[in-house]
Amino acid sequence: MTKKEPFFWVTVSCGIVIMAFILLPLIELMTAPSFAMLKETIKDKDVVRSIWLSIYTAGLAALISFVFGTPLAYVLARTDFRGKKLVESIIDLPIVIPHPVVGIAILSVAGKNHWIGELFNQVGIRIMGSVTGIVVVLTFVGMPFYINAVKNGFESISPRLEKVSRSLGASMFSTFFRITFPLAWRSMLVGIVMCSARAISEFGAVVIVAYHPMIAPVLIYERFEAYGLKYSQPVAVWLVFICLTLFLILRILTLHDREKA
Amino acid sequence: MIRIRDLNIHLKEFNLFNINLDIETNEFFVLMGPTGAGKTVLLEAIAGLIPVKSGSIYISEKNVTGLAPEKRGVSIVYQDYSLFPHLTVRENIIYGLHFHKIDKERSDETFDRLVENLNLSYILNRFPLNLSGGELQRVAMARALMVNPEILLLDEPLSALDPGFREEIRAGLKKLHRDSNVTFLMVTHDFAEALSLSDRAGIMNDGKIIQTGTMESIFKRPDSTFVADFVGMKNLFAAQFHGTKASTGNIEIELGAKPANSHGYIAIRPEDIVLSREELTSSMRNSFAGNITEISDHGLYYEAGIMVENITFKSLITKSALLDLQLAEGTGIVVSFKSTAIHTF
Repeated sequence: MTKKEPFFWVTVSCGIVIMAFILLPLIELMTAPSFAMLKETIKDKDVVRSIWLSIYTAGLAALISFVFGTPLAYVLARTDFRGKKLVESIIDLPIVIPHPVVGIAILSVAGKNHWIGELFNQVGIRIMGSVTGIVVVLTFVGMPFYINAVKNGFESISPRLEKVSRSLGASMFSTFFRITFPLAWRSMLVGIVMCSARAISEFGAVVIVAYHPMIAPVLIYERFEAYGLKYSQPVAVWLVFICLTLFLILRILTLHDREKA
Repeated sequence: MIRIRDLNIHLKEFNLFNINLDIETNEFFVLMGPTGAGKTVLLEAIAGLIPVKSGSIYISEKNVTGLAPEKRGVSIVYQDYSLFPHLTVRENIIYGLHFHKIDKERSDETFDRLVENLNLSYILNRFPLNLSGGELQRVAMARALMVNPEILLLDEPLSALDPGFREEIRAGLKKLHRDSNVTFLMVTHDFAEALSLSDRAGIMNDGKIIQTGTMESIFKRPDSTFVADFVGMKNLFAAQFHGTKASTGNIEIELGAKPANSHGYIAIRPEDIVLSREELTSSMRNSFAGNITEISDHGLYYEAGIMVENITFKSLITKSALLDLQLAEGTGIVVSFKSTAIHTF
């Protein structure tokens, strides 16, 4: 066996440090609460409600991104136009803006001092302290992840497939639904997972727009503030557990289909 | 039938300038030219897949310039075959039927004929992923012909295939063309393909069509230095004409006939230049003594450069000729060529 170079050992040790850095706190968190305590926590109506709220607001954010983001992602993947780079940078803005700033920014448009906020108020849409507000925030922070994933997906499909389809008599709509969509849906699924994962972890922007109704991260924060680490841990474990399960299911679904094709 | 009038296309990377082209019904027309000449752009313009700046395209007397691609009756086969990866071979072939009103009986008959002719029955239920290049190519052809197109566009359909395979597919292509009344327009880089398949051909360069005609006439009588060079006329010299003679550099060449212009170019194919130790006195009207300046190995043959005065002739020779004549760089040798082998323009 050839002797490994020092460089090899540097890469290995850095890798081990990073693995430990990520896994140790998570393992510690997951194993801290006793089984009885976990059981106790999941019977708590507030906990169940907040986790459910987190999941379905994140899901809604992903759905909205899917409906509105897919056409935009397609245009960005297929065409070249003046100002495309600018549009792409704008899409990425929510990723780089600090979370509380996002919350404040959304409130400044949706608040009573702005005509849009006034308009919303008149038709009975409330952003501040409402589920609607939470969904708006989560969509804001999650959308870029969806659009980027799906844009990459569209880019990996040869435009020639669409051209051949057109030449064989298919309209642009038929081509999209018969060729492009079936080939891109997996990347859409990835986009939905990325978007909802980002949305479900949002805290900073949400507390500003809607402390109540409480999503899981806010509840965890409140329990930590009021009762300490020990009482926040079981909720956190449940949140992590349920999210991982959901993502695992999606992952299995996508893998299954890949084997078929 | 395709008629193109004053077609201009200006896209970011691709331009076409003043394209005029007539292709008759059921003709097999070949487009050749260097990479980036605009051949694929022209195909896609005919198919309606890229926007046209000005000019018009007619298919069967109908102006289709502004028509959507799905309404043109033009099928296209790309070099990479572009089969739909999520559909089986059968589904790929019948894809176009979703959008055409062809009665079942007739489409079944077309399907069976294509599957039979292209030998596809054994892969009908497979996905494209694991098919060989030749199989993919045949499926792409079947898919394109399934919708009874008026015109079939082929973008280097054979260039990605193994050389052994190519001959077979070329023969298949010829048969497909003969058995149908579809107009074929094919882009290729291969002269052998062009010669064996085409009725006529066009040479493109820098977004323009430089010359059209039968492949043989283009080969023998190029009308520009670009085409002469493109078809391998390696002996290409600017010359002054006086009477039946041409002078280039310090030598005078007998043309056998009087050219129309007073100056221009003379071109001689390298295989028409004969090397010998002694001066030849036969029907070869032109004979010059010179020195070999280079010999390069081209696999099946050698190419020799011979300096006569200040002109370098290129000649193709076989290995045995090379040995017989004991040629080496610096060897004194006689170059000869018939005046009928000289093309002037």
